[in-house]
Formats: sequence, structure tokens, C-alpha cells
Amino acid sequence: MSLATGRPVRTMLGTAWPATVRLVLLSLLLSYLIGLVIGTIQAARHRSRLDTALSVVSVTLVALPGYWLGLMLVALFTYLLRLLPAFGASGFDTDYLGRWARLADGVRHLALPLATLTLIGIGGAARFVRGAMLDALEQPFVATARAKGLTTSRVVVQHALRHALIPVVTLLGLSLPALFSGAVFVEAVFAWPGVGRVLVEAVQARDYPVVMAATTISALLVVLGNLAADIVSAFVDPRLRALEERAA
Amino acid sequence: MSALLRDRRGAIGLALLAAVVTTALAAPLVTAGNPNTPGDVVATKFLAPLTRDVYGAVHPLGTDRLGRDVWARLVYGGRISLAVGFLSVVLSIGVGVVVGALAGWWRGWAGVALLGLTDFALAVPRVVLLLLLAALWQPSTVLVVLLLGVTGWMPVARLVHGEVRALAARPFVEGAKSSGAGSLRVLARHVLPNALTPVIVAAALGVGNAILLEAGLSYLGLGVQPPTPSWGNMIAAGRDSLVNAPWIATAPGIMLVLVVVGCTLVGDALRDVLSRQSSVVGGQADG
Repeated sequence: MSLATGRPVRTMLGTAWPATVRLVLLSLLLSYLIGLVIGTIQAARHRSRLDTALSVVSVTLVALPGYWLGLMLVALFTYLLRLLPAFGASGFDTDYLGRWARLADGVRHLALPLATLTLIGIGGAARFVRGAMLDALEQPFVATARAKGLTTSRVVVQHALRHALIPVVTLLGLSLPALFSGAVFVEAVFAWPGVGRVLVEAVQARDYPVVMAATTISALLVVLGNLAADIVSAFVDPRLRALEERAA
Repeated sequence: MSALLRDRRGAIGLALLAAVVTTALAAPLVTAGNPNTPGDVVATKFLAPLTRDVYGAVHPLGTDRLGRDVWARLVYGGRISLAVGFLSVVLSIGVGVVVGALAGWWRGWAGVALLGLTDFALAVPRVVLLLLLAALWQPSTVLVVLLLGVTGWMPVARLVHGEVRALAARPFVEGAKSSGAGSLRVLARHVLPNALTPVIVAAALGVGNAILLEAGLSYLGLGVQPPTPSWGNMIAAGRDSLVNAPWIATAPGIMLVLVVVGCTLVGDALRDVLSRQSSVVGGQADG
């Protein structure tokens, strides 16, 4: 039982964890997709002006504090442009909306928290992809592909990128704790009804049972995420798959 | 050091950090008045940047809800934020090196237990761990340093563990042992000095990270307590007047970005310079 709200801890967190998983997974996917594109462009145009400019962008994105970026986005999109809602996962009238209107309402509420978390994630992803791609482009099989007369874009995308994906997928799992840490602040800023916000409110209210449970859940989610990343990397890396088939 | 300055990223990063640190150290010289005592609240609150108040004092970054000069609070808050970041990293590096070195050196259950403890602590996201611990005591500046130190040592321990494990198999270790040196003496005098290169990179990245987290905790009201200024609690105070006085929250955020970019650039440059000088160097940040 929660000391502050009187509600069972189980119901408080039972409704919270799907919201966190939705936010974190979507942002993980988006930030890695965009990071993959940026990092690949940088590696293909290594040491060009474009590479330097994108490096400046990604270092700045890594340095942005989530709670501050969130506030700035709220100032811009909510107060100045009056486009998007600043807090919550749904509007007050959500129960009276039709199916499509409710979906649109949910997307509008998701937009700012997701954009904040994704923007921060892009920097780290792009920096890592750039390094992995530069390593991959130095591999002898890339020189072979070039020597065969393949076009640069084909070499980069089909040969080097596939190779660089392996460490990137591993990092996907390893970056989960950091992403989760970012999500705690973003949820607090946007009053997103997830585990992070429950945790912050519980800490501020010295609500120990809830603090303990929220900590356990977040550790559990991270471990499960790492397991999922391991399984995915077996799909991406045929060598790992072969190793397992031989073992079985 | 000169190699670091020849690297463009290193030079820019060091320049950024030097500018911020010098300004913070010279706080009484570059600001007028006390950052904590409110002025005439009615006459001087929420003044826009670069305006002159009724007493003729110019506020380069405007004033806040209580009529305090935002530039003065920014500079004095920088002292706190930088000191907390630096001290907590010193602490976490110290703990990480000791735990990692012993875990890599001791064979048997003690080493396994230390490594297990490290991995266990790594599985909990750092912010969650921070919040869990912050819930146990009264928030204060000293507590923030301790908390950041206690939650930041795991990646360092992992790094040192790996290096020590690799070095322990090298012949010079056996040489030192056979010439009669005690086990811990070999570890401290012969192995550890060779294992510390990646720790330097981790430290540079760690300072930026710690400053971000300090600001985050203070933002949530669990870190440095008002009226003492810190970049985090300034952002939190600016949140309430985001519409009519956006400069209050904007200024500390920009400072945070500058400092963290500086640390990242220096860390990147250090990694390249050091890896050119010696073997493979790795370091990872986690937010």
C-alpha cells in the first residue's frame, strides 16, 4: 500500500509501466533510426564540412538536459505557437471522444515528450554509428566490394552498414539504462503517467513502498531490454546464429 | 597537454571549460551584489535582460521573481554546479578504481562478489538509483556530491577490472612478484599505474554527466536547496515563469550545454591522443 495515496502499489505501477515502455521503446526506435542515417552520412563523407557540422549537432544534442529541452519545447509549441498540449497522456475530454479523435489526442500528447527524449538520444546514437561505420569501412571486404566496381552507395549501405549494425544493436541494449534515466526527467516535466513520474512523486512524498517498487520495476525492465537486445543481435549477426545452432 | 591542444576538439573544449571556470572563480569581480538577497521586489522583479532598474543598476540577464540578478545567480550557481560535478567524479573514480582493481586482482569468491556487486548496481538506471537514495536523507549540497559519487563508480570499476585482468597476465607482474613484492604492492605500484589511461577519459566525460545529474536532482527539488543558486534549481524556478520571463530558465540551460559540450570534446580528444600514445583506450558515458 502506498503511504501517500492510500492506493495499492500494484495498481499504481500496473497502469504506469505500459506508458513508460511505450515512450521509451518509441524513442529508442526513432532516435536509432535517425542516428543511423546521420552517422552513416557522416562516415561516408568522413572529414567533410558536412561531417563536422553534423558532429557539432550530435555533441550538442548529447549535452542537452532533458528537463530543460522539454521546457523549451513547451515554451515554443504550447505557449508561443499554441499547437501541442504540455502535459499528460490524454486530454480531459478523452472519455467522450470517438476512436479516431482519441487516437489523435493521444498522439498530440505523446509528441512533445517523445520529441524531447528522441532528440537527446539521437546524439549518442549518431556518434556511435559514425564510429562503427568508420571501422567497418576500413575492413578488407569493403575494399573488395569497391574493387568489384560496386557504386559507393551500394558499398556503404549493403556491405559496411550491415557490418556496423552488429555493435549498434549491442549498444541498443546497453543504452537502455541511460534512456530510462532520461525518461524519468522527461516524464516528470510532462506529467507523463509512467514509472518515472510515479517514482519522482513518491520520492518527494517520502512514500517508501512505492519508491522500492518503482526501482525494482525499472531494473526489471532494463534487464528484460538487455535480454531482448541479445536476441535481436543473434538475428542481425549470422555468426552468432551459427554458433548457437552448432551448440544446439 | 600540447597534443591535446593541437587537436581541434580538445582546444575548443578546453577553451569553453576555461572560460566558464574562470568566470565562476572570479564571481565577485564580474557580478555586482549578493546573488541570494532579494532587492526591492516590487520595483525590480521580472526585469527583461539588459534593462536598467530604478536604482540605475544594469541587469545583463534580467531579474527573477524576487528581483535578484540572474547573471549573478548564474555565476555563483556555476561555482556550486562545477564544484559538485568535480568532487563527485573524484569520489566515484576513487571508489571505482579500488573496487575494479581488487575485483580484477583477486581470484576466487571475493573478486566474483565485487564484480557481481558492480553488475548488480549497473542494472539499475543511475537516475533511479539516485532518486532511491535521495529519498532517504534530507536534501543538501553535500548529500548530492556523495550520491553522485556513490552512483557513478560502476563504469569505472568495470573499466579498471578489465585492464587489471589483462595486465595481470603480463610477464612484468610475475617479475615483480618473484622479486619478493607483496601482492597488494604489485597491484598498487606496478599494475594500477598502467591501468589508469582509460580512467582519465571516463573522468572527463563523467564531470559533464555529473553536472547534468546535479542540475536534474536540483530541478526536482532533491539537490541543492534554494536560496543557494544552482543551475538546476534556477531552471526549476524559471519553469513557473516560463511565459512572462523565459530568460530565467534559458540562461542556466545554455550554461549546462556549454559545460557538457566542453567535457565531451575534451574527453573525445583525450581518447584519441591517449590511444595514439598507447594501446586501446575505451570509455563510456551513461546518462
